Amino acid sequence: MPQGISGKYAIVGIGETDVGKLHGRSTMSLHLEAIAKALADAGLSAQEVDGLLTNQPMHDPMRSYALAVAHAAGIKRNFLTDLALGGATPVAMAQHAAMAIEAGLCDVVVCVHARNQATSRELPQRAQIRDGYEDFDEPYGFLGAVANHAFIASRHMHNYGTTYEQLAAVAVSTRAHAVLNPTATMQKPMTIEDHLASRWIAEPLRLFDCSLVSDGGGAYLVTSAERAKDFKKPPIYILGIGQHHPHASLAQADELTTLGGVLSSERAYSMAKLNPQDIDFAEIYDCFSITTLVTLEDYGFCSKGEGGAFVEGGRTGPGGEFPVNTHGGLLSHGHVEGMLHVTEAVKQLRREVESERQVANAELGVVSGHGGVGCMHSTLIVGTSPH
Amino acid sequence: MPVETYTKPTPQMEPEAIPFWEYLRQHEMHIQNCHACKKWFFPPSTHCPNCLAEEVPWKPVAGTGKVWAWVTMHQSYRPAYKDEVPYNLSIIELDEGAKVWANVVECQPEDVQIGMDVRVRYDDVTDDLTLARFVPA
Repeated sequence: MPQGISGKYAIVGIGETDVGKLHGRSTMSLHLEAIAKALADAGLSAQEVDGLLTNQPMHDPMRSYALAVAHAAGIKRNFLTDLALGGATPVAMAQHAAMAIEAGLCDVVVCVHARNQATSRELPQRAQIRDGYEDFDEPYGFLGAVANHAFIASRHMHNYGTTYEQLAAVAVSTRAHAVLNPTATMQKPMTIEDHLASRWIAEPLRLFDCSLVSDGGGAYLVTSAERAKDFKKPPIYILGIGQHHPHASLAQADELTTLGGVLSSERAYSMAKLNPQDIDFAEIYDCFSITTLVTLEDYGFCSKGEGGAFVEGGRTGPGGEFPVNTHGGLLSHGHVEGMLHVTEAVKQLRREVESERQVANAELGVVSGHGGVGCMHSTLIVGTSPH
Repeated sequence: MPVETYTKPTPQMEPEAIPFWEYLRQHEMHIQNCHACKKWFFPPSTHCPNCLAEEVPWKPVAGTGKVWAWVTMHQSYRPAYKDEVPYNLSIIELDEGAKVWANVVECQPEDVQIGMDVRVRYDDVTDDLTLARFVPA
């Protein structure tokens, strides 16, 4: 496989808004705040950025959201587009940014995503993006992302004997990270028993298997490795990228216990000339506990079917052998569709986080993006050195 | 039930899907079967998702299959489901091979298992809409 763009591009600035219930905040205002923070982090003005990537907000789509944001932020507009890979989008943005710079379209790209899922009902109600198969599932009461992901859990439990306690272990270790992160929404420690006592939402998933509903935003800046050395903070290099999209809906899936992460990560590892054993920590898209478990298997951190045993005993928690979702993830930090998984990976590699949750000797991290019902997948391997 | 008083989600009928719903109204289940590659597929399309062939005729299916995956919904996301929870959601793998979204009924949600044999039951939920639910075979 070709080397691709490994080491040629870097993330040079990141911005995060608060997450939680941010009353009276439009999605646009969250985008702008995240961009302003990313620019300040890099020591760059808006006029020095000439590319922008956005993800259409679910509840406020526009013909070109990227155009609206770029104008509102005063960014030069040599390259912009909306990407539409659901929760796989924020990770995929790094790929498109590198591609656009490689192609000579622009020099510095800001990748941004924000949403106001928690309080959008208080604001004007706009059009909603649809999945494309709602005519065939909603009449039967298939409603909400949790129902669809619960099917992944029911098949994983059937095929591999994965237990409720193992799903709980994902939520518990993710919460343990969140408790060490002052920006996380959930600050109360969780036990396996707390998890198992939480109510069913879509059995076999309970309330504590589900991610948060949040307002918030994040942004990151991508430029070439040559330019990256000119900024305030050390560059974090893009070493491997990949995507794979195994199906479009539950009824079209051949299997639900192996998702797009296998082929997406294979491409990324190959580009980076790395193996799963080389990776120091992972920020795994965790819309539900089962998503973390399946992705850890798909990425080769354990064998297929062994994800349940892998997450038990605190291996993925703070100070564990293989920390996962060191900010608290979508489950306990906040849900900005994985954008804050990317910014957290950068913070870990820059050693900018609180010492209690800093991964020791973090040099290589992997970030996964996951959209739809495991329909869409993207992978990003980042590191402190270009090779 | 008149359409106006039915409060649960109803499908928008895109042109390629109309035969599916029309057959259900006649209490028959038809699924598309690619003439070229023989793949049975769902949801409906003008082209085969396996080989992009245009000849994708509707053919009757036996209406039998197995539960491929199940969920029990405890959370009601719409007022119309408030009195329905807990209810089953299942993906049914038809004997012909295509998978469909459905509910398994006439048993308790906790009795639904992966691999369980089921057969179709036609539910006329409005004057215009029939849903294909499944019951233990």
